[in-house]
Amino acid sequence: MKIACFHLMPYRDLPADFEKKYKSAWFTLPFDQVADRFKVSQYYNQTLDELIHAANSGFDGVCTNEHHQNAYGFMVNPNMMGAVLARATRGKDTAIIQMGETAVFLNPPIRVAEEYAMLDSISEGRLVAGFPVGLGGDFAYSYGMAPMEQRGRYVEAHDLIKKAWIANDTFVWNGKYYQLPMVNIWPKPVQRPHPPIWVPGNASPSTWDFVLKHDYSYCFLTYFGAKGAEHMVNGYWQRAEELGRDRNPYRMGFLVPVGVSDTDEKAAAEYGAAAEYFFHKGLHLPEQFLAPPGHMTHSSLTHLLTKRPFPPFEELKKLHYPDFNARDFVVCGSAKTVTERLLHIIKTLRVGHLMILPQFGSLSHERTMANIERIGKEVLPHLRDMWDNEGWDDHWWPKHTSVQKRAAA
Amino acid sequence: MKKPRKKVVPVLGGALEITVNIAGKGKPLLYLHSAGGYYWDDFLDGLADHYKVYVPHFPGTAPGKPNEIDGVDNLWDTVTAYDDLLDGLGLKKVRLMGHSFGGLLAAELAAHRPKAIEKLVLISPIGLWREDAPYTVANWCALDDKEIMDALFYDKTHPFVVKRMTPPAGKDAAALWQVHFIWTLGCTAKVIWPIPDKGLRKRIHRITAPTLVVWGENDKLIPPVYAQEFGKALANAEVVMLPQCGHEPPLEQCAMLTKRVGDFLAA
Repeated sequence: MKIACFHLMPYRDLPADFEKKYKSAWFTLPFDQVADRFKVSQYYNQTLDELIHAANSGFDGVCTNEHHQNAYGFMVNPNMMGAVLARATRGKDTAIIQMGETAVFLNPPIRVAEEYAMLDSISEGRLVAGFPVGLGGDFAYSYGMAPMEQRGRYVEAHDLIKKAWIANDTFVWNGKYYQLPMVNIWPKPVQRPHPPIWVPGNASPSTWDFVLKHDYSYCFLTYFGAKGAEHMVNGYWQRAEELGRDRNPYRMGFLVPVGVSDTDEKAAAEYGAAAEYFFHKGLHLPEQFLAPPGHMTHSSLTHLLTKRPFPPFEELKKLHYPDFNARDFVVCGSAKTVTERLLHIIKTLRVGHLMILPQFGSLSHERTMANIERIGKEVLPHLRDMWDNEGWDDHWWPKHTSVQKRAAA
Repeated sequence: MKKPRKKVVPVLGGALEITVNIAGKGKPLLYLHSAGGYYWDDFLDGLADHYKVYVPHFPGTAPGKPNEIDGVDNLWDTVTAYDDLLDGLGLKKVRLMGHSFGGLLAAELAAHRPKAIEKLVLISPIGLWREDAPYTVANWCALDDKEIMDALFYDKTHPFVVKRMTPPAGKDAAALWQVHFIWTLGCTAKVIWPIPDKGLRKRIHRITAPTLVVWGENDKLIPPVYAQEFGKALANAEVVMLPQCGHEPPLEQCAMLTKRVGDFLAA
């Protein structure tokens, strides 16, 4: 079992009435009206401290991610964070998991091939290369590209990046979206033929097929908890079987916001407000911003609107901490409670890569640091050997993460 | 109300098929619909009393053919496809009319093939740009149901508006209606994202046909100042402003629009 620490880097001090005053926490929220730039400066540093603390507290990896123009989480360039983390964890076995730099936001996307190769070099081969499709609104509104092009660009960018890593010679790329006369990146990644690839997703069957076809690891990022995720994750495992892939749990990643306290009652006091802030304020996001017309394929859109597999975000505002905790949207409680619930999630969903979000919403730096420490000491040791009896290898973990191996090299 | 028949016309060397709705008798009139999609309304029905009216579905928006949008990647492809469509329908000379997004396409087609266009009618067209009157696809793609109503109409209670904008009864039917609406926005937006300023200003001088530019005085979606902008940019244009009217003159001022357009086309 591999357990990583994930961070969104949110704005932690939005005004209490903010969601009533502003249409969205995303895309159109005016920075200077709600944000304090000195606080933001502090958040970036606290976020880095928190992730480094996780690396020192027993987590196997640290995860960064990319979003734009919002208060929900604004690591606009996760590779800048990743570079700091790679350097700060030098000499350790911590995986640097970029979840990740979004290739379709960049033109040309070989910039991702280059930056990931740099990170793999700085980290001495500890990079996990995340390939997110990217949020529809980020692509269309923040970065100005037609929603219908996102999937096509994603697939082409992926093919181009992989070829740029693997090719021995300079090559020409004449794609539908990208045309490059000389592709010959410097540096190449330390890990050969390329760093392990993880693809984050939100249960879209087309993404499953992409992941399974290429034999990557999938990371299910849902806001709606493990309980609601069960039938979707079963769909993934069923598809894996159909495509002839084994049931290796390391094919599956899952993200959970976690809070550990002395008791379940204390957890409500310590994490309740932060959880509500996360779902009520961070996800204050009109649906049409999240998925602009054309972002979803016609069949996915039909599925979404006729079947409604997820509740609209507005519905989350009617729920409160006890609901979020009861439905596993967050897993908060005593170390014993949290351990039991996480074990249940891991088993039910067959998760080999668990990603823990120890900071969510308004949770303070001090509480986050304490939370990370407690998770590391009181929870992780009970999860770690979860899959050992089945004897799977994690083919999607950096090959060079062992300090001994690196020293030998 | 007439029942248009459908005809499928191959374009782009057979790589794409455009489905065209046809009704009426008389000289040909090609009507290009807005980003809201094809909708046979009283305005088109009135035109079909005097003309043979052709209304193509923009690629991807014909019922049951969502993936036809893969056949066009950009505005150039689109204009070429519509140019082929004129040939496919055997239209050597045509009265051309377009509304909003369709207005942009009509202007582009008229600039691309000026001699084929007898008369041109642009109803609240997009396609030009002024720094003092910015608009983007987000003006209609980033809105919720209520905001769309506010942006489109002067009078949301107008019976034609209510008829057009009320989803069908039944949960599934309403959801599919919404899917079609969102998908149509996505298809049309594909070739003009994120700002419909795609160089029409450099081509608009090629339009020689007498042109009628019509705009609702209360258009909140695309600023009415663009009526004058089109009027100035076109060599031979008349500009008509309609009172108590938002972005959808065919719905909100059907009678007035029918009269003005009818007189213009007949003159």
